[in-house]
Amino acid sequence: MTAAELLSVAAFHEGKHAQAFPSFGSERMGAPVMSFCRVDDRPVRLREPIVEPDAIVIQDATLLHAVPVFEGLDVAGFVLLNTRKPRDTLGCNDLVAKLPAGHFRVVAANDIAEKHLGRPLANAALLGGLLALTELVSMGSLSVAIRARFAGKVGDQNVAAAAEAYAHVRESTAC
Amino acid sequence: MALAVGLCRPEVICAYPITPQTHIVEALSEMVRSGELARCAFINVESEFAALSVAIGASAAGARAYTATSSQGLLFMAEAVYNAAGLGLPIVMTLGNRAIGAPINIWNDHSDAMSMRDAGWIQLFAKDNQEAADLHILAFRLAEALSCPVMVCVDGFILTHAFEEVDVPAQPEVDAFVPPFEPAQVLDPKRPITIGAMVGPDAFTEVRWFAHDKQIRALTMIPVLAGEFRARFGRDAGGLVRPYRCDGARTVIVAMGSVNGTIEEVVDEGRAAGEAIGALDVCTFRPFPLEAVHETLRGASRVIVVEKNLALGRGGVLASDVRSALGHEPTRVHTVIAGLGGRPITRVSLRRAFDAAIADRLDEPHFLDLDARMIERERERFTKGADS
Repeated sequence: MTAAELLSVAAFHEGKHAQAFPSFGSERMGAPVMSFCRVDDRPVRLREPIVEPDAIVIQDATLLHAVPVFEGLDVAGFVLLNTRKPRDTLGCNDLVAKLPAGHFRVVAANDIAEKHLGRPLANAALLGGLLALTELVSMGSLSVAIRARFAGKVGDQNVAAAAEAYAHVRESTAC
Repeated sequence: MALAVGLCRPEVICAYPITPQTHIVEALSEMVRSGELARCAFINVESEFAALSVAIGASAAGARAYTATSSQGLLFMAEAVYNAAGLGLPIVMTLGNRAIGAPINIWNDHSDAMSMRDAGWIQLFAKDNQEAADLHILAFRLAEALSCPVMVCVDGFILTHAFEEVDVPAQPEVDAFVPPFEPAQVLDPKRPITIGAMVGPDAFTEVRWFAHDKQIRALTMIPVLAGEFRARFGRDAGGLVRPYRCDGARTVIVAMGSVNGTIEEVVDEGRAAGEAIGALDVCTFRPFPLEAVHETLRGASRVIVVEKNLALGRGGVLASDVRSALGHEPTRVHTVIAGLGGRPITRVSLRRAFDAAIADRLDEPHFLDLDARMIERERERFTKGADS
């Protein structure tokens, strides 16, 4: 299940309306893929891909300069980038400066996932980071969504990964 | 959708995987294997042609049968599609709408449904995943009431791969709406009959007349069932057509399937700006609801049909049916060919096309977001090739 889908389920648990869908590229593993999520207090009717996102989560930092990942981002939008590197070494300083302070953040989600899950499956961690950044839905709702998808220990591990990423993004003001 | 199908207690499921329907059938196979879907046989076969053939055999023997496919898969079973309708078998099929190749394309448009529009199946188009689920429940009831197969069309990827909130009805409610299958006729060794025998020139026309009459009767039955569904489940699903803000509309946008969601947003924006604009969602495509479409559209001076089909050399398929429905009305009808092969249909592009239509500047048919530069480039390439 993609991060977008987990996010939509979390929003649903909070009584919001949500829609998640992939953008439809190649069917093979390893091809760049985007997934979209809309969250609203009213039913979501739109079926077009999101072209003016309020927030962007980049799971694969190697795409940063290969694909126009930030296209259409709202002037007050949020960016969460999955990387170990410090923010100012990424070549994105222009965008960082344009966005409101603290809106462009990095988190080593693969490492956090590795630590809690034993594998670099970064979805939960990235969602935790996204919630810290945007407060789109609560961590409680995200935990419900995670546990609905992953039973038992795996659920707990994913929740822990999300919580660590959440804390990291919440606490650090820079990066 | 798998849950909705499961609630209808199918007895035989036979389907072959194809993008974008695969996960629906996989989910059903899991439900059969786990026992969640009881008294149901899931049969693996080597092709779509085999899949529908098995469903035909099962249905003819009195079992509630279900299959699912898309695009090339539907074409592969084409002979069986006509067969199922000709034999009056109430098979329900999920069609995950996908473009037909060549060129190969796995993404959404309605060309697959269009290829079988005259085969005698009832064709219903879902606007969202809630309706996709609900239409399957309606489909089993309708199919068995009429002895006619029903195709539930669900936009590939846009709906099949989307996550959205769906209310899944409770089993007792579905059981009350879809009673056990009582076949009009059944293959039974104890009471042997022949079905599907040869019919010569002396009776073939009459047999086809009855098939046509069945579709006409469906036009009356569908709204009745939709009403019953609304009463029982508390929401609208199916029906022939669904007008949206058409009262006093001078311009009406007509479309099928998921694009109606986006169109509603454009209509709301237009209305908020004082524009007399509305939309008509054609939910039942076959039989085509000529009267219902005529009734809703006759007050409009302009109709813009947004369709995911292209009849090569002719233009719009839905637009042609809409024009027929309007008969002698002076309404202008525009054809906007959109979303072919999965190209996104955006509010911005729709609005631009609508504005052009209203200003009488829209070409006919209009290809939404056609890349004129690409066309020009390719034309040059062909010309250069011819000269060298």
